[in-house]
Amino acid sequence: MYPAPAGHSPAIGPGNAGPPALLPYGGHPGPMRTTHVPKNGTEPFVVDPADATEGRNGTSDPTKHTQYVLQARKPVVKYLVRMSDMTAKRESVPCRYPYVTGTSVLAVKYKEGVMMAADTLGSYGSTKRYKSVCRIKEVGTNVMLGASGELSDFQHIQKLLDELTTEDFMMDDGAVLSPQEIFSYLQRVMYNRRNDFDPLWNSLVIAGVDRKGVPFLGAVGMIGQAYTDSHIATGFGNALARPLFRSHQKDDMSEAEAEELLKKALKVCYYRDKNSINKFQLAKVTQAGVDVSEPFKLETNWDYGAFVNPSKHVPGTW
Amino acid sequence: FVRVFHATSNWNPRRPPRGSHVVCADACRAQLAGDRVLALRSGMEDAYEESKGFRFDHVRRNAFLAERGIQPPKTLKTGTTIAGVIFKDGVILGADTRSTAGYTVADKNCEKIHYIAPNIYCCGAGTAADTEAVTAMVCSELKLHRYATKRESQIASALTLLKSHLFQYQGYVSAALVLGGVDLHGPHLFTVYPHGSTDSLPFATMGSGSLNAMAVFESGYKDDMTKEEAMELVANAIKAGIFNDLGSGSNVDLCIITKDGAEYLRNYDKPNPRTYVRRQAYIFPPGTTPVLRSKVTPLRDMVTVTEGAESMEVDA
Repeated sequence: MYPAPAGHSPAIGPGNAGPPALLPYGGHPGPMRTTHVPKNGTEPFVVDPADATEGRNGTSDPTKHTQYVLQARKPVVKYLVRMSDMTAKRESVPCRYPYVTGTSVLAVKYKEGVMMAADTLGSYGSTKRYKSVCRIKEVGTNVMLGASGELSDFQHIQKLLDELTTEDFMMDDGAVLSPQEIFSYLQRVMYNRRNDFDPLWNSLVIAGVDRKGVPFLGAVGMIGQAYTDSHIATGFGNALARPLFRSHQKDDMSEAEAEELLKKALKVCYYRDKNSINKFQLAKVTQAGVDVSEPFKLETNWDYGAFVNPSKHVPGTW
Repeated sequence: FVRVFHATSNWNPRRPPRGSHVVCADACRAQLAGDRVLALRSGMEDAYEESKGFRFDHVRRNAFLAERGIQPPKTLKTGTTIAGVIFKDGVILGADTRSTAGYTVADKNCEKIHYIAPNIYCCGAGTAADTEAVTAMVCSELKLHRYATKRESQIASALTLLKSHLFQYQGYVSAALVLGGVDLHGPHLFTVYPHGSTDSLPFATMGSGSLNAMAVFESGYKDDMTKEEAMELVANAIKAGIFNDLGSGSNVDLCIITKDGAEYLRNYDKPNPRTYVRRQAYIFPPGTTPVLRSKVTPLRDMVTVTEGAESMEVDA
């Protein structure tokens, strides 16, 4: 993937939402790495059948569990990099470049909880490569996470959260991570990766309902910026959906109103965002739990009178 | 993005008049522009001196200075939200009123809806000087044309004059326009881009707040709206730009054009009023500040005033 030329008159509005526009503060991506080697020094690929049968620490004796300390461990078969990714030393490289990306994620609070919507497209630059990507993930029982940006980094974040929730589940004491805790955890993860000049190229939207039934909605960006609000939009939704949310969203709106507002905003994003498709998922979280819908499409209207023969009286115009 | 204009058989780019040159900074554009073109090379200064059009001799110097941290002065831009919509009886144009020079607001209440003809108005985004100059030029050309033809101007004429001028300057005249009006063929609404391409649309937005306004249009537009519905839609679209885009702000201007004429509503809506009111006026009675000493020196005693005609010395 090569950077598309940035630069056009800003008078015609924001545009060119491809990879150059994904870079924060107008920076440029830096050199592309040609070798696919994990940056923390492990071999690129490890399969050792002996490792698979042994226990985590090289023994199969559960009484010999060592603490979770910062020491070199044998890479586990499934992963290409060590699980202690954040603690291993990474060489500092310039900002990476996003390859397979998801576009905007929209979310609004309503009376019983929070509703989130995203399309199901994974774009490879301008190509609509993967058309059935689920960009909204359930975390624990009462939290959902939506992501736009690089999808492989989103999968990595899902893995990290799975580790956390699996540990909690194994404790078997009924404790679950609240949305606030997941929000803070992800903020720390993103900020620390940013400090190593190796960001996880995502805009994350964390939505959930805590134990007391209070809805929570927050966003964490690729440079570690984090905030909470009654409505969140990432990517193109920042410009297209936010004006609609600001005028129509209320914290005590009903579920039907929230769904209608999100569908209206999704339609606008589909009309005006190049990297989007007419296949969306709507997810809601209430005190009862998370519910991610099946993909659906929206009706679009292309039969305005002025679209028919626009250059009738003016040859040479579109 | 760059939109390439494909010439059709009905339309010819207006050739630059004889004796003037289109000066291009690189050889590729030189080949495209045809007709007496000078590519900027070091051996051609004599011919270059006589040329009209844009001059690129400071490009290298400016790049050198920019590397050393000396930035050129910022142009006055309109960082803008402009919009237009076609309704049942005509066209409504809307614009915000903020013009910026870099990060400062230069004019809190500027006019972005420009008059072109009694039945044609044009909103302008981009560099303020460029939008002003190009719309004023087309306005005067159309007036002369009306005198010559004794007919009401058509929007197609304004459109073709604008696009051919902008195309000739290859995008360097940074004017992004929303042109609307009503003529014998009915209501028309066009967008004109800085490189010279145009679109004919039922609703259109331009400027840095264009996406914000377009969201309101895409969710609220329907064919054959009444005047009140259309005014509310355009005002809401401009307000979406004002409140969600940093380059737009202050007030909403509207211009309603129908076959009966144009209604220019300057400051139709002022959603950003100045709410602070000074409690006390700055008027203090004499003696508020105690006077310790007083000394008066009439200047008449210090200078000599000669009356009479003595011409100014102009030869240095």
